[in-house]
Amino acid sequence: MVEFRVDRGSGVPAYLQLAQQVREALRLGWLTPGDRLPTVREVVATSGVNPNTVLKAYRELEFAGLVEAKQGAGTFVKAGLGTGDREAFGRLRNELDKWLASAREAGLEDEDVYALLRTALEGETSQ
Amino acid sequence: MTEGIALAVQGLGKRYGRTAALRDCSFELPSGRVSALVGMNGAGKTTLLSVLVGLLPPTEGSVRLPGADSRIAFVAQDKPLYRNFSVRDMLTLGSKLNQVWDQQRALDWLARFDVPLDRACGKLSGGQQTQVAFAVAIGSRPSVLLLDEPLANLDPLARREVVKELLAAVVDTDMTVLLSTHVVAELGGVADHLLLLADGQLVLSGEVDELLAAHRNYAGPRSEQPPVPGEVVHASHVGSQSTFLVRAAEPVTEPWTARPVTLEDLVLAKLESARAVAA
Repeated sequence: MVEFRVDRGSGVPAYLQLAQQVREALRLGWLTPGDRLPTVREVVATSGVNPNTVLKAYRELEFAGLVEAKQGAGTFVKAGLGTGDREAFGRLRNELDKWLASAREAGLEDEDVYALLRTALEGETSQ
Repeated sequence: MTEGIALAVQGLGKRYGRTAALRDCSFELPSGRVSALVGMNGAGKTTLLSVLVGLLPPTEGSVRLPGADSRIAFVAQDKPLYRNFSVRDMLTLGSKLNQVWDQQRALDWLARFDVPLDRACGKLSGGQQTQVAFAVAIGSRPSVLLLDEPLANLDPLARREVVKELLAAVVDTDMTVLLSTHVVAELGGVADHLLLLADGQLVLSGEVDELLAAHRNYAGPRSEQPPVPGEVVHASHVGSQSTFLVRAAEPVTEPWTARPVTLEDLVLAKLESARAVAA
């Protein structure tokens, strides 16, 4: 069972945060295909998140093909995440280490790195 | 959750003598949603809620409840209760005064917050009195529930519990909620729809997610203009840096950076610019 948290100050829409948390749970193996996601009411009652936000998050995950809604039964995990990605994970991590090393050489501090990453992600989503 | 309009307001205005407390307000409340009515003290929130529920006649404009079986309930800021009535008496009153009454729902709410049924309302703590007022409102099974500063006299823990219960009630009964607050931080992702009131006028309204997605904070070297076209909600210039909150989500190039806005950023920027216009 996933327990949802919403960080109100992050500027990331709440529904995307919830969807992200399901993705994370899939990637880490806390959720596997066949598992049922908590009902909207369960999420609302445990975390105080707006019900429409939960619905929107579930629709987003459904659209991404990760979960499916079964009439009257709930929303179930359809596909896992992570198994096929493991290799890419390692490779990307290595590349990131190298990139970080050159960033340090150029004198970048943690804050600079975060700022750069944010800018890159922002640029990607707004294109 | 049904998609539709629970309440529609057109050109609503309210004057007290020569003072306009509300001016030309038009909006719709999507059904099954939780909308927040935000504004500073004196912005006209209570006046608007009172007009919506029918306690005050509007000077102009109209309020419409399009639903076939619409019932509207209102919990005023001062949580009016009969001091000498026991909590149980208040529920009896609720059952007699309302055409539809769900005693179990009211009792469940009170049990959830450990409110003693036999105590006189005047002897309850402020928080418990709030819960009794909520229980009566919830018991009347409203399709539209209006709450004026509902969390104002609750401690932080009770606030969270009340929010959870309210949202659960939204899921269970498909009711539409409009709650007013002047504390932006209190919104905390509770509302998915926003009405922002400044000086009796609606300055911003819409889906929270859409509003946030449509705005960005742009920071860069000091300049008169933001790096992208669009309505500038707020501009600040400090030292060699300028920051603009713009209704535009466009990519920018070095040395400018674009950052997403939080609801608090947006609300405060809007209120500040509304105040600057009024001054």
